[in-house]
Amino acid sequence: MAEFFFETNFGIFLYILGQCLLVTVLILVALAFLMYADRKIWAATQMRKGPNVVGVFGLLQSFADFIKYIVKEVVVPAGADKGVYFLAPMISFVLAVIAWAVIPWADGWVISNLNIGILYIFAISSLEVYGVIMGGWASNSKYPFLGSLRSAAQMISYEVSIGFIIVGVLISTGSLNLSDIVLAQDGRYGFFSWYWLPHFPMVFLFLISALAETNRPPFDLPEAESELVAGYQVEYSSTPFLLYMIGELMAVVLMCALITILFFGGWLSPIPGLPDGALWMIGKMMFFFFIFSMVKAITPRYRYDQLMRIGWKVFLPMSIGWVVLVSFAAQFGWFGGAYARWVVGG
Amino acid sequence: MTVAVLAFYLFALVTVAAGFMVVMSRNPVHSVLWLILAFISSAGLFVLLGAEFVAMILVIVYVGAVAVLFLFVVMMLDVDFAKLRGSLAQYLPLGLLIGVILLVELGLVFGNWTFAPGHEAARAAVTPALEETQNTVALGKIIYGQYIYMFQAAGLILLVAMIGAIVLTMRHRPNVKRQQVLEQMYRDPAKAMELKDVKPGQGL
Repeated sequence: MAEFFFETNFGIFLYILGQCLLVTVLILVALAFLMYADRKIWAATQMRKGPNVVGVFGLLQSFADFIKYIVKEVVVPAGADKGVYFLAPMISFVLAVIAWAVIPWADGWVISNLNIGILYIFAISSLEVYGVIMGGWASNSKYPFLGSLRSAAQMISYEVSIGFIIVGVLISTGSLNLSDIVLAQDGRYGFFSWYWLPHFPMVFLFLISALAETNRPPFDLPEAESELVAGYQVEYSSTPFLLYMIGELMAVVLMCALITILFFGGWLSPIPGLPDGALWMIGKMMFFFFIFSMVKAITPRYRYDQLMRIGWKVFLPMSIGWVVLVSFAAQFGWFGGAYARWVVGG
Repeated sequence: MTVAVLAFYLFALVTVAAGFMVVMSRNPVHSVLWLILAFISSAGLFVLLGAEFVAMILVIVYVGAVAVLFLFVVMMLDVDFAKLRGSLAQYLPLGLLIGVILLVELGLVFGNWTFAPGHEAARAAVTPALEETQNTVALGKIIYGQYIYMFQAAGLILLVAMIGAIVLTMRHRPNVKRQQVLEQMYRDPAKAMELKDVKPGQGL
């Protein structure tokens, strides 16, 4: 039996398909509860109860919402470009799902251990803007169009600084492989040998850029309800809207995974001596998701010109300067080689 | 092996078909979307060649940035599609000419690559065995080692082009109200606001 799955072509295909299904289903189920957690955290901050009717403590609320979205009527606006209109939410959803193929959950627990994993993630997240732009344009309506224009400019601007922050981490690691990035953070001091310490200011820059990249509050200008009703999603209803929602939330969770891997040691345990494992990875991701939803609950929305100024005039120069600093630190081995943990070449 | 061949023909077919649709589709926005499909399937071809770094860079740079700008501009254009169609026949010879020139140039490069004397040694010198090193490392060593000056010159050309574009579009207009960012940031409630105790029925 084992050799069928590891040696014949068809067996390997089935094996990989099984892995993909497992990860996708687990993430989708987790998303249902993360959505619930998001709403509960938000409610608690505002001293409300939040969803508490469907199931025990309202735990099944997301599933009820899911059924509601599925059975609702799909309304297509007159004059919409039908092909692009339906393609846009699918792109948004599919891109959000396929990025998980390279995320390592524990040592060796990864569907595809790509040598260029981080570039793959970066490419996928730079494609995510298309779901938004295409949806806004194809709706043939003013608010969605304005929303999609804002989103295009915003996501491109913040991708640049995210790129440079990632370059800093890559210079320290000397590899584009996500597993290698985590392994390079394995050290004697547990929590203190992870990259958050040598790359300290970049952790915050990355967190803020991730918020902007995923259109989360306080940077949710593409769907600012006070000006644009709901931005690019105005004309979407039923299942296409659900796909957008899932895609967006999944991109947020992916960013949590990315912060965990780049700066907080992925599956490594923070206390030396405790066993490493996927549970650490999931726990850290949940912690960052909590931070994301707290930010959503307690910060007011940015103005658009402020958002652009911060992206281009503050984050970009800071991250470029940091790349230069890290290059010197890695080349000359400053701070006992904290910046030079090359796993290949050298 | 057969899977790789099948995948190659799939990607090649999609690339050519998408390229054809870029020219033929009625709506410029659809053209850009087909162009994106062409980029992505050529990235797939690069992956099949074992050049995954180039493939990802193609997706990041062309699809993630350049095509977004194309889309951004094309979406906001107010164009008469019927009129655009009409001029297709007019530009067809020019387009064909450019196509032929490109084909001849590619042929020359390919000929040089395969038939020049000592071509195998020249190729082997810059391509280490795949088992020894990763594709990304090999590329980095070539670009930042052997061709560092050309790489820097390319960067410099881009920088000059960027500065040129900025200089061409920048205008200083003296009598225009401008946003003073620093002043806005240093404004505090004490300076901007005054609280008045208004007696009922009196007003200020």
